[in-house]
Amino acid sequence: MKINDVILHSVTKVAVFIILTLAVYLFFSGHHNPGGGFIGGLILSSAFVLLFLTFDVETVKTAVPVDFKTVAAVGAFTAVATGLGSLFFGQPFLSQAFGYFGLPILGETELATVTLFESGIALVVVGVVVTIILSIGEDV
Amino acid sequence: MIYNLIVIPVILPIIAAIISIFLRRFIKTQRWIAFGVMIINTGISIYILQLIQREGILRIDFGGWEPPFGILYVADSFSMLLVLTTSIVTAICLLFAFSSIGEHREKMFFYPLVSFLVAGVNASFLTGDLFNLYVNFEIMLLASYVLITLGGTKVQLRESIKYVVINVVSSFLLLLSIAYLYGTVGTLNMAHISERIAEAGQTPLLTVISIFFLFVFSLKAGLLLYFWLPGSYSAPPAAVAALFGALLTKVGIYALFRVFTLIFYHDSAITHTLIGIMAALTLIGGSIGAVAYKDVRQIVSYNVIIAVGFILVGLAVGTPEAIEGSIYYLIHDMIVKALLFLIAGIMVVVSGTARIDEMSGLIRNYPLLGWVFFIAMLSLAGIPPLSGFIGKVLVGQGAVETGAYILLALAFLSSIFVLYSLLRVFLNSFWGETIITVEDEMPMKKGWIIPSVILMIGTIGLGLGPEFIAVYVSDAANTLLNPETYINAVMTD
Repeated sequence: MKINDVILHSVTKVAVFIILTLAVYLFFSGHHNPGGGFIGGLILSSAFVLLFLTFDVETVKTAVPVDFKTVAAVGAFTAVATGLGSLFFGQPFLSQAFGYFGLPILGETELATVTLFESGIALVVVGVVVTIILSIGEDV
Repeated sequence: MIYNLIVIPVILPIIAAIISIFLRRFIKTQRWIAFGVMIINTGISIYILQLIQREGILRIDFGGWEPPFGILYVADSFSMLLVLTTSIVTAICLLFAFSSIGEHREKMFFYPLVSFLVAGVNASFLTGDLFNLYVNFEIMLLASYVLITLGGTKVQLRESIKYVVINVVSSFLLLLSIAYLYGTVGTLNMAHISERIAEAGQTPLLTVISIFFLFVFSLKAGLLLYFWLPGSYSAPPAAVAALFGALLTKVGIYALFRVFTLIFYHDSAITHTLIGIMAALTLIGGSIGAVAYKDVRQIVSYNVIIAVGFILVGLAVGTPEAIEGSIYYLIHDMIVKALLFLIAGIMVVVSGTARIDEMSGLIRNYPLLGWVFFIAMLSLAGIPPLSGFIGKVLVGQGAVETGAYILLALAFLSSIFVLYSLLRVFLNSFWGETIITVEDEMPMKKGWIIPSVILMIGTIGLGLGPEFIAVYVSDAANTLLNPETYINAVMTD
């Protein structure tokens, strides 16, 4: 029997974008306010989990053809690499730098290496959470 | 001065692990990445050890946050000696794993997991922050949870449940102890804690907290609270068991040494006496276990417990000689326990059974294996030219000086039990009529016997030439007994 879940589908299609926006907002606000890579990543992965629940795993996998274990590894590599980057400038491991730049659209913006580190964290969180959810889902 | 070098023994295995995840299908490349990193770590550790002799204790403040505010790694001779031994032992266990662990496990991220395990172990040795120590324990344990279950055989799953539950509970208790200590002294930097306790005196409340730490680390090290250990260590494949036996309990022992020489050293009438009692009971329990079982893996695991008791006798006694002896014995034990687990693994594979009364005459089929086992046995018992000797003599000397005759007697009686338990394995399994006919004889793989021989050469070398590391060991003992050296290195710029 096919379940009629048209409401769920329609709501999800809208809600996923709201969740993704919130995730990106929290990710960037984490530099000075509550938020950051871990929380942003968690919310990002909750968007994926919602997609997996609404549509089946196969559909989402064809739409987003990435191996989430690799996503986690890429994230971990980014985080470690930004930490190591400070070694090349003769600074202690995990040192960070920031500066203010005039950008075309955004105007005066603060750019910090910690954002790169945080993006690594976010990728790790997304990769790990989705992998866990998928392997639990497969095992039944 | 910034010593970014100290972070390399931790960060290299992590990078190796991440790169190996990308190279999931290229097993050969993964092998050599993991092995190569351990070799590089060995070289770097030797270099840092020499740097420490020249420039004193080194440290690195992460992100430039100065202590006591930031997290830092501190490298003194004690931690670097252990990092060095870890690198060497892991490299050799990896060599053994190449030909024994099987493609199935290798494809399920075996090498990245070993690298993560080593990163956690090295980080635990190096960290100068109590909460960071907890985090590093977790890194190490998470990798070990996967390694112990990897393969998913029935016995592995049964034992891993116990292992995971015990470690989750003890990690929770560790976190609780750290919270208590933080609530009392208001800092997490180990040198800063030590400084504050020295200023305000070790109140009874702090002594109670110290006993919390004692129990938590005892659970990890297998001091008295070892009931989980023999089962868990005999479940995984030989290469993994060797890594566990050589590394994991040693991290608990390291933490006990660090905490009870750097932080809680004021009320030794209570804490160190308690450590002495626990060490004594561990020696007795381990000895009984070692002679009670017929499963060679159980016997080997109980030998791990006896060694834990012996090393902690040195801490309980606490004279410079005894501490030096403990450090020698710690290094010796990492090498020779890895060897013992590897040999036990080979014995189980070639004879098809783990029970010593069902094996017989292995020395006729595999003479080299038999003699390597014999050397390992003598080394563990503390027969002179081998590496167990110097540690036992120094710990014994310390015990005589302080009049701890009961500990002395138990420590040396336990050596006899070690000898007896392994001699029993030797007589039952290696001597006697051979049960493996020439047709059934499984050819000894080079990848099995070469790592064992290298470790055997290690134990002979350490026994014949302890003066090569004597400088470092005495410096390590010196730092442990004079916490001011450590504190001054951390708390000044």
